[in-house]
Amino acid sequence: MAEAFKFELVSPERLLVSEQVESVVIPGAEGEMTVMANHAPVMTTIKPGVVTVKSASGGEERYVVFGGFADIVPAGCTLLAESAVAVKNVDRADLARRIQDAKEDAADAKDDQSRSKAEQFLAQLTTLESALLPA
Amino acid sequence: MPSLKDLRNRIASVKATQKITKAMQMVAAAKLRRAQEAAEAARPYSERMGSVLANITQAIGGGGDAPALMTGTGKDNVHLLVVCTAERGLCGGFNSQIARLARDHIRRLLADGKQVKIICVGKKGFDILRRDYASLILDRVDLREVKTLGFVNADAIARKVIHLFNEGAFDVCTLFYSQFKSVISQVPTAQQIIPAAAPSAKAETSDGASAVYEYEPEPGEILSDLIPRNIAVQIFRALLENAAGEMGAKMSAMDNATRNAGEMINKLSITYNRQRQAQITKELIEIISGAEAL
Repeated sequence: MAEAFKFELVSPERLLVSEQVESVVIPGAEGEMTVMANHAPVMTTIKPGVVTVKSASGGEERYVVFGGFADIVPAGCTLLAESAVAVKNVDRADLARRIQDAKEDAADAKDDQSRSKAEQFLAQLTTLESALLPA
Repeated sequence: MPSLKDLRNRIASVKATQKITKAMQMVAAAKLRRAQEAAEAARPYSERMGSVLANITQAIGGGGDAPALMTGTGKDNVHLLVVCTAERGLCGGFNSQIARLARDHIRRLLADGKQVKIICVGKKGFDILRRDYASLILDRVDLREVKTLGFVNADAIARKVIHLFNEGAFDVCTLFYSQFKSVISQVPTAQQIIPAAAPSAKAETSDGASAVYEYEPEPGEILSDLIPRNIAVQIFRALLENAAGEMGAKMSAMDNATRNAGEMINKLSITYNRQRQAQITKELIEIISGAEAL
């Protein structure tokens, strides 16, 4: 059995998770990454996606996060999410609203840079939606 | 001289008022507990944010690629004041304290020949500042429809502020809110959020993790993502503290009102009793003197 480390998932409203875990899969801005104990210190932004937490006691929890960043040190991992919900509590209407907003942002973007940024965000959201829908 | 009936009515009406203030006090107490819990729950996020921010600024070491939100525009000609107050009154001096602090600040800035712009969050602050500085108010944010204060509300305000900053509409942004010390003490506070005061780089965190981080993507890029978020967090914290403070102030204001109503009822009852007695005595005298005259 792998070594456990401390994982915290914090949203501005509250502390969602704070427990000993075996591994965490984080949707990093530059690709998904699995964090295990004694990981090298990394700080990364995250994109909208699913965080999978495998706790030391054996259970597995999945959370949907919408952007934020992760602070990883050998002793633990802190994920500061802009907004986070457990997968089973995901509000489809809310997700649809976010996608709608992203679409409008992409349409309203004035220069190429912000447009590509908005479109990228939109693509991430739609991937997330398609990953969740059949669940 | 009010008649006995007038006094009776008066006492009844004060009693009714007392019941209302008592109920409001209890409601405020319940809401205060919830607001305090919310403020408490939000604390870990802002604390972590602070330490992460300190780490990154240390890594960048004040390099040239720090985003403008942090370094500022290099001028301080135009000031934006974000004044957060409550949506409702009946909470003692809570709103007027914040407004007074903001007004003093505005007066000082104007005397120095600076330009001032205001964004009002909450109806009460808007009502007060509108009297003197209506022309300076850019915008007002209404949170009356909001039942439970969420991060989205703060984020929307932050977005507005950052948008204005990117347009070059102001140089310095200051946030006015009331810091929640305790139920009976709320301290109106002014906090500069743009340019962000560089967080004091604490040498080490609890686990001695001033380690060399790997950044993904580049630190500058993370920072430019982080700073706007930090502004939203600051505003969120201010709103939560305000919410708790408002309820605390309302609770003590309503407690005072209930006590005052009690005092008034006592006084009125004494007058009422005295007058009733006077009337009885007067009637007795009339009867006795009538009997004596026979």
